Amino acid sequence: MKLSRPARITLRVAAVLGFAVIYVPLLLVLVNSLNPDRSSSWPPPGVTFHWWADAWGSAGARHALVTSLKAGAGATGAALVLGTLVAFAVQRFRFFGREALSFAIVLPIALPGIVTGVALNTAFRTVLEPLGVGLGLFTVVVGHATFCVVVVYNNVIARLRRMPGSFEEAAMDLGANTFRAFTDVTFPLVRSALVAGGLLAFALSFDEIIVTTFTAGPDTQTLPIWIFSNMARPQQAPVVSVVAAVLVLLSVVPIYLAQRMSSDTASGSRI
Amino acid sequence: MEGKAIRLRGLRKVFGRTEAVSDVDLAVSDGEFFSMLGPSGSGKTTVLRMIAGFETPTSGTVELDGQDVTALAPFERDVHTVFQDYALFPHMTVEQNVAYGLKIRKVPKADRLRRAAEALESVRLEGFAKRRPAQLSGGQRQRVALARALVTRPRVLLLDEPLGALDLKLREQMQIELKELQREVGITFVYVTHDQDEALTMSDRMAVFDNGRIEQTGTPAEIYERPATPFVAGFVGTSNLLTGESAEHVVGKAGTFSVRPEKIRVLKETSDGTGGADGAAAAPEPGHTAATGTVAEVVYLGDATRFLVDLDAGGRLTAVQQNLETSSEDVAAYRGSRVRLQWHERHNFPVTGAT
Repeated sequence: MKLSRPARITLRVAAVLGFAVIYVPLLLVLVNSLNPDRSSSWPPPGVTFHWWADAWGSAGARHALVTSLKAGAGATGAALVLGTLVAFAVQRFRFFGREALSFAIVLPIALPGIVTGVALNTAFRTVLEPLGVGLGLFTVVVGHATFCVVVVYNNVIARLRRMPGSFEEAAMDLGANTFRAFTDVTFPLVRSALVAGGLLAFALSFDEIIVTTFTAGPDTQTLPIWIFSNMARPQQAPVVSVVAAVLVLLSVVPIYLAQRMSSDTASGSRI
Repeated sequence: MEGKAIRLRGLRKVFGRTEAVSDVDLAVSDGEFFSMLGPSGSGKTTVLRMIAGFETPTSGTVELDGQDVTALAPFERDVHTVFQDYALFPHMTVEQNVAYGLKIRKVPKADRLRRAAEALESVRLEGFAKRRPAQLSGGQRQRVALARALVTRPRVLLLDEPLGALDLKLREQMQIELKELQREVGITFVYVTHDQDEALTMSDRMAVFDNGRIEQTGTPAEIYERPATPFVAGFVGTSNLLTGESAEHVVGKAGTFSVRPEKIRVLKETSDGTGGADGAAAAPEPGHTAATGTVAEVVYLGDATRFLVDLDAGGRLTAVQQNLETSSEDVAAYRGSRVRLQWHERHNFPVTGAT
């Protein structure tokens, strides 16, 4: 397509502005984490790793990081199992309510977090609390799993849709029993979709704050919650910047990997 | 051993409310190249899948080598399938694909690789062992699928429209290769196709399917020359049926008769009622059937010409003549002209079940 010179320039400026709005603040967080001045004055008078050391030493931040990792791992694990099972069920079998199920699985990602949060909070309080299970890490994992399942499900079902059922039949035809057919053929073919879905699910869980607020008990602090509650304290501002910078770096890795993985297989699994 | 590689008795398959296969009885002999011919939706693929074990019959039995295998899973049957889409495992190399059946059977690795190499050689794919299926052409994939299915020497090989995805030239070449390969390995082939030419040229025997039933079973010559039902007459070769009054008038008997187009001679009718170019007499030669009519359409086919003739007695017949000396200009001149059709009585085949 040919564009006029002014149009080209306008588009370029708009694009640069768009990216700037997203990435400059992120960069600022990184810069502030290295700013020796506690009140983040500009321009930074120098560079210091003092805050990074502080953050490393901060028991609250470290504890929150561990909680976040646990919650992410738990939610991702649950999502991998459930999302994969549902994807196989929906793709391979025809049953009553199949479309409805597919819709019900995907819906939570579109629901406002606050609705999910309030609903889960009420449910946990009325159902779990009488059983002696209070709000805590477990309820956070369940809350996160509701939307983590969606990304795993979407990834796996997309892969299954592109994969003819005759692969499994061919394996069985050649003598493989149902289990061998799955381990030799089906699993290797959906593996990268599982990894991609799992990484995305982890990234989603890791930075989730709204649902977490409603499902975490007072003693459970994930990293985003810790940041949120410490942001207002001027004392902690630099440490928060450090933690935020770490969060950015940590989320970039899985997203990058997931994207590479799904584009790899998109070209690699052409049949 | 009775020599029946496959025997189907009263095979039925119902999907929801549709009966895909009804009362199929069939016996395929050892080492036979057997085709199942029919339009799509005629149940032939479902029958194949029941032999392979992918579908469970609603009723009826499948016997392989005299043993009832109806309740056995696909991996418990000594039958391999070449799928329409080949179903080559994309994450494995060609060699791994071919050796997969051997690996499952716990054949030692060295042995496995040697036999895979032999199988690839038999389909002329030496040197492709390390490639991925995605790096092969359609014809090559098709050969890998064949090698993979043949490497374990099954008793029966099932082929589900294996040439459907190939272009015409390649398909014709593969038809010959498949037939040769089958003779070489001596394995029973059951070949599903909707292409009548394919079935006619390759099969020892064939069954014609329609609406989940077998309309006729026989050698290609039997099916072509003596179609048992109007459907077979129409599906295999060009439909040429004389029915009702026109049959009575032309053949002299009531009923429905099938005549193959290439058996009919087309003679130009002259004003004095005698035959045209080759001077045939007005009355049919002894032992011949004749009919007069008007040429409605002429189609020049290159090696032959097809005439569509509206009979005076009613109905329309197709006649095909080899273009021994005719050119396309001569052919055009026939359109609208009066002709006399003549064929030997033995080419009139009564067809049952006609309305």
